[in-house]
Amino acid sequence: MSDYKSKIRNFCIIAHIDHGKSTLADRIIEKTGTLTEREMQDQVLDNMDLERERGITIKAQCVRIVYKAQDGEEYIFNLIDTPGHVDFNYEVSRSLAACEGAILVVDAAQGVEAQTLANVYLAVDAGLDVMPVINKIDLPSAEPDRVIAEIEDVIGIEAHDAPRISAKNGINIEEVLEQIVQKIPAPSGDENAPLKALIFDSVYDSYKGVIIFCRLYDGKVGKGTNIRMMATGAEAEVVSVGTFGAGQFLPCDELKAGMVGYITASLKNVKDTTVGDTVTDADNPCAEALPGYKKANPMVYCGMYPADGAKYPDLRDALEKLQLNDASLSYEPETSIALGFGFRCGFLGLLHLEIIQERLEREYNLDLVTTAPGVVYHVIKTDGTMIELTNPSNLPDPSEIEYMEEPFVSAEIMVTTDYVGPIMQLCQERRGVYISMEYIESTRALLKYELPLNEIIYDFFDALKSRSRGYASFDYELKGYVRSDLVKLDILINKEEVDALSFILHKDTAYERGRKMCEKLKGEIPRHLFEIPIQAAIGSKVIARETVKAVRKDVLAKCYGGDITRKRKLLEKQKEGKKRMRQIGNVEVPQKAFMSVLKLDEE
Amino acid sequence: MPKNLSLYIHIPFCAQKCRYCDFLSCDGESYGTILRYVDALCKEIRLYEPIADEYNVRTIFIGGGTPSLLDESLVANILAFIRQIFKVERGAEITIEANPGTLGNQKLNGYLKAGINRLSLGLQSADNELLKKLGRIHNFDQFVASYSAARRAGFKNINIDVMSGLPGLTIHTYVDTLTKVLNFDPEHISAYSLQVEEGTPLAKDEELLKELPTDIVDRRMYEITKQLLNAKGYDRYEISNYAKSGYECKHNMVYWTGGEYVGFGVGAASYFQGKRFSNIKGILDYISLLEGTSEAVEPASKEMVYNEAMKSLRENVTPVYLYSRMEEFMFLGLRMTCGVSREDFQERFNKDIYEVYAPVINKHIEQGYMAEVGDRIILTDAGIDVSNYILADFILDKE
Repeated sequence: MSDYKSKIRNFCIIAHIDHGKSTLADRIIEKTGTLTEREMQDQVLDNMDLERERGITIKAQCVRIVYKAQDGEEYIFNLIDTPGHVDFNYEVSRSLAACEGAILVVDAAQGVEAQTLANVYLAVDAGLDVMPVINKIDLPSAEPDRVIAEIEDVIGIEAHDAPRISAKNGINIEEVLEQIVQKIPAPSGDENAPLKALIFDSVYDSYKGVIIFCRLYDGKVGKGTNIRMMATGAEAEVVSVGTFGAGQFLPCDELKAGMVGYITASLKNVKDTTVGDTVTDADNPCAEALPGYKKANPMVYCGMYPADGAKYPDLRDALEKLQLNDASLSYEPETSIALGFGFRCGFLGLLHLEIIQERLEREYNLDLVTTAPGVVYHVIKTDGTMIELTNPSNLPDPSEIEYMEEPFVSAEIMVTTDYVGPIMQLCQERRGVYISMEYIESTRALLKYELPLNEIIYDFFDALKSRSRGYASFDYELKGYVRSDLVKLDILINKEEVDALSFILHKDTAYERGRKMCEKLKGEIPRHLFEIPIQAAIGSKVIARETVKAVRKDVLAKCYGGDITRKRKLLEKQKEGKKRMRQIGNVEVPQKAFMSVLKLDEE
Repeated sequence: MPKNLSLYIHIPFCAQKCRYCDFLSCDGESYGTILRYVDALCKEIRLYEPIADEYNVRTIFIGGGTPSLLDESLVANILAFIRQIFKVERGAEITIEANPGTLGNQKLNGYLKAGINRLSLGLQSADNELLKKLGRIHNFDQFVASYSAARRAGFKNINIDVMSGLPGLTIHTYVDTLTKVLNFDPEHISAYSLQVEEGTPLAKDEELLKELPTDIVDRRMYEITKQLLNAKGYDRYEISNYAKSGYECKHNMVYWTGGEYVGFGVGAASYFQGKRFSNIKGILDYISLLEGTSEAVEPASKEMVYNEAMKSLRENVTPVYLYSRMEEFMFLGLRMTCGVSREDFQERFNKDIYEVYAPVINKHIEQGYMAEVGDRIILTDAGIDVSNYILADFILDKE
């Protein structure tokens, strides 16, 4: 069969974080000459500065590679890079949907980790062929044979002929390329059938408008085709189509079934091109849409406020722009008595939150005050209605509440047996419910717990790493809502309730948390001319208290030799300090006090 | 009509640096350096020759460092040189700071002859052990000798510096110092509360820092000062300064009321022709820069050389615009117990004080830190204790 489709391989690379996914992608691109070595910058697929710095992939990326195989034929590889962090499972699933196969990268020293499992399951569920690769074989601690056995035992996929490579040092990359040709199926589909393409991403470009990233299953599309998005109903005429070079777009005449590429049309709004939607030909539509996939809902919410109130419109514009390329970010305006005008923003997880926050600060030059992140609680009122609570300030009066529910996750933690004890203790402290423990091999165990999401969004990952000396890995998925004994903890500064510091938590942890918050705030609030009580309260009951003592002396000394400038500087510094504060009643609270209470668990 | 001007002369030499001092001074300089420095000072004064006749000098303050370390003849030379260049008003207040222990009859007589009519003596404490701990070179007996000698020589206006808030100082020893000082019946008393400045030996001395009185004790000392001194006829006219009627330090008042002054010498600060600036801080740089001006004799090239020298001498030249002047009017004026005058503000800035500062003034009046007395707005005693905090509010938002 000399069909063009037999020369196409659509695949992605999946791995646990740090197992070398992006590095392997770089090597593949380099080996196939897609970029000259001079153009090669480490981790070409990680475009954002943030991605390179943190060594993580946030957005799915795509590249087309031409490979001349040993059989003498040229193959077209469409490599779709996927994010590795649990926050971005959603992005992983959208990338998988566009592929026929997945390369599973496993670290030869560390073996199978929690995310390895999670990603493999996602790939298998999506019907992909999984092709294992053992990476980092040149490490002194590498045990490729053990890892291969582990892959076969734990995951249950054939791995005996898995290429043993070092992506970092370019060892055995050729073998990976050959196996892609041999092991990953070519796409099927009928280019003469009506157009049927899956949108797996879309970005907004200020010159081209919306750019749709898609995988064609049937049919073809080219300049002039009238396309329709089957879910949103939006229609537009195609301006250009093309494929993905490394870091650039390569226009072509048409895309056909089996291909991966982009479409630009006169579309101005990313919302018209929902990821997972099916693109078809408006003049010759296909009978039914592709199954698509479930959109991820925000799991973590926090308030974001501009440090300088005048920057509110700038923050709104910045969020709008970010949302154009990140459909999983949600935001709506809210007002805080303490912080003024801002937004309640929803994120996939804490990493997502941090990334958005950093992008707002770096790319949009905004100084932000963020409130404590919280999850979505269900409040079931006495009248039988249920509200989804994302902002603690909106909690109804206790007399109207029948009960509350909080989200739980099913967590899988893989850990060496030496650290099972400390990790179990950690889960216990975080109100975890033990489900099971399995030994994967003699030295490693897989722990299963159900944990309240609110207990893992802060610093669970850090705690896990430190208590296991880095040997634990973790993955989770949302399980559902569970009725729980929740209370709202309020912080009062000089008797004034500070709405931005309120949050919801389990009754049993309230005292400890309240005490820590008061202590922390005491250290952050500068002394004033009067004594300032800081209290933590549940309803009208105060459960913790600290006091910031009053200033008794703050006098300018002698003005030596008329050095007024020095005195002015001192006063200006003092004034500048006051300016960066928020007025709460007659107390000036530094912006960083709001942030400091987010990091209570750091000793 | 000539404009009023005050002059400050900085003598950066000390026999030994006090442990709390972060002011520009150096110890153990050779006599040669001192002579070259005085020569450079005169050359700096001469740079003002082309414009000096527009001014009328009303006060001169020779400070340090330890000016009394200089031979009286050198001091006399400097003053004589000033009179050559500037018109110094008859009866101008001319002060020199002196360290007890460096003053003899010969020096005192020399000062008087040179026209110095006010002496400022740094006693700090009457407790010898405390003096030693702070790195002062004198003891109380030497102070007594210097003070009596100054009176005998004919000084009619003497200030004594005392300090509260010193490490190890108790209320008892502080009251003892004040009582002794009052027995001398000086015209003026400066009573400062110690400030631990970054970078000083004191700031690094854990042991001494542990001995610092608490803020409450320190403020109590401040209250006691006011009570004791008021009872003996001294009026507090500025946060840390007390005087018998008519003996307020005119030179200092120039600082608080926005008057013009030129500082001569290394690191000296000036407010002159609408700008604040200070001189460069390296002694040797200062000397060599000014030595370079001596060649110029031709009137045309002279002016150029002088202008160049002034430019290289000055650092941090900051023009004081309208809003900065308002800020200074407030944060300097409020240091004085008579505070600031609403009418004066209106006259200077063509604006009502409340138009600019109503929220700040009202807030602090409400909280008892400020008060309005007739036309004047003042800090209350409670406000003085935390004056930095209050005065910082008078810095206006930029833009």
